[in-house]
Amino acid sequence: MPSDERSLWESINAAGVPAGRLHGFHSLVSLADLAHASSLEGRLEELRGRSVILLIKNQLIGALAMIELDGVARRMVLCAPDLAAEHLPAVVQGAGVDACIRDAQGLEVAGLAGGSVVAQPQLRPLASARRRSGATEWVLLTSGTTGAPKLVLHSLKSLTSALAGQTRPAPGTVVWSTFYDIRRYGGLQIFFRAVHGGSLVLSDPAEPVIDFLARAAAAGVTHISGTPSHWRRALMSGASGTIAPRYVRLSGEIADQAVLDGLRAAYPEAIVAHAFASTEAGVAFEVRDGQAGFPATMAGGAGPVELRIAQETLQIRSPGTAERYLGEGAEVLRAADGFVDTGDRVEERAGRYYFMGRRGGVINVGGLKVHPEEVEAVINAHPWVSISLVRARRNAITGSVVTADVVLADETGGTGARPPAEALTRELTESCRRALAPHKVPAMIRFVPSVEMSAAGKLVRPLA
Amino acid sequence: MTVRSTIASQFQKVAQEQDRTLAPLSDDLKLVQSGLDSLSFAIIVARLEDSLGIDPFNATDAVEFPVTFGDFVRLYENVAK
Repeated sequence: MPSDERSLWESINAAGVPAGRLHGFHSLVSLADLAHASSLEGRLEELRGRSVILLIKNQLIGALAMIELDGVARRMVLCAPDLAAEHLPAVVQGAGVDACIRDAQGLEVAGLAGGSVVAQPQLRPLASARRRSGATEWVLLTSGTTGAPKLVLHSLKSLTSALAGQTRPAPGTVVWSTFYDIRRYGGLQIFFRAVHGGSLVLSDPAEPVIDFLARAAAAGVTHISGTPSHWRRALMSGASGTIAPRYVRLSGEIADQAVLDGLRAAYPEAIVAHAFASTEAGVAFEVRDGQAGFPATMAGGAGPVELRIAQETLQIRSPGTAERYLGEGAEVLRAADGFVDTGDRVEERAGRYYFMGRRGGVINVGGLKVHPEEVEAVINAHPWVSISLVRARRNAITGSVVTADVVLADETGGTGARPPAEALTRELTESCRRALAPHKVPAMIRFVPSVEMSAAGKLVRPLA
Repeated sequence: MTVRSTIASQFQKVAQEQDRTLAPLSDDLKLVQSGLDSLSFAIIVARLEDSLGIDPFNATDAVEFPVTFGDFVRLYENVAK
């Protein structure tokens, strides 16, 4: 398993020539082929010592680039395919990016000292043997309040800490798959597990869930992970029986009892586990008893991952936590004592902690974070809006949906007559749709006489 | 409006809002082939909770996740009884 002194490629090879394969949407690569071939136009050496941003849409090409770059680049910045072009300059600056790997569909950055490599799924002979220079810094993006991503600094060691002490499966016995994109923390965890002794079936956003499950089944999937929302979609597809995994994992959102029961019924032979992890805090724990929440005894216990509950919020200290946020004036990621505040609120009932949503009003829609401030800014820009409060509403399909309470400007203060509520709802929805990703657009807009303000003049955000 | 017609009109409304082409609604239409995505279903379930006053997915009894439009309607009709 990974160590301080090994690159990802060396770690993959530590138990001999890897037998695993990476199954992309269109093509397939054997890990062993990377010993003498590369996806990087024969330009890997140009990236040595650079801070390299990965602007790659295709997940297979992204996986190859991560394996090739670790130990070579000084830093690599992973971008999920939905990174908006408008946020790219801030990411490039914040991470001191001086080179880029993109694929044919990826965003472009001009004027980098180290240039831009266009990665290909077809491998070309590697000019010289793979060589490790030192530990590469890994940077993951996570959403911030203003919509601009925050840069989270990890190392291969912190990202793979949950694998420490695990034994490699016998060759050919484990095939992983994940609904996630592997450039997000939850998907990246599955990528690391898979390349250390298994194979991996990668998803594609353009692929219907039924086709994805059929492709995973054809590859002989044994272990598969997704958010509760991914799993509800699979259960509602009627095709969940296409696969017969031994291990089913949920993470990235609150796993409610309905989805756990649904998976238990669909896969009676499988271990159904829900895990808690975040980009900043790392992998904290996995619960395998089929019940929502986690046993209260897990908090305060000894071991490499320490959990504590402070002000009803889960805090984590472990070798898997990120180092810090990058960028000027970045906020503090870890407290002085090493604990990371997850922002996830928990409540104890009968010896078990249950997740109650996020502090600070952050909304999790199908595993994607929404900061209410970002949505409020769009709504508040409307001439007839005085103030708005955006919050989560619990939802059985995506965990939460976004709703907005809107206080309209005084009828007498505006110019002309105020449009009817229906027209205003339409206008507000339209402007949100133009400015925001679909999951951030309020599913419902209510017009209310007032929203609660604190003595300090801040919006009072409801706790769940 | 019956439970069924309330649900059908919500499917149509959300499909229109989300710029999605809704397949003709029939009992054996698979939800996955309806033209709607997860977010659309999430919005439908939230709005139905407001208009019908029920969220069958949050019932205490085990829920079987609906696969067809007919399953979806029955889930609401059974709780509404």
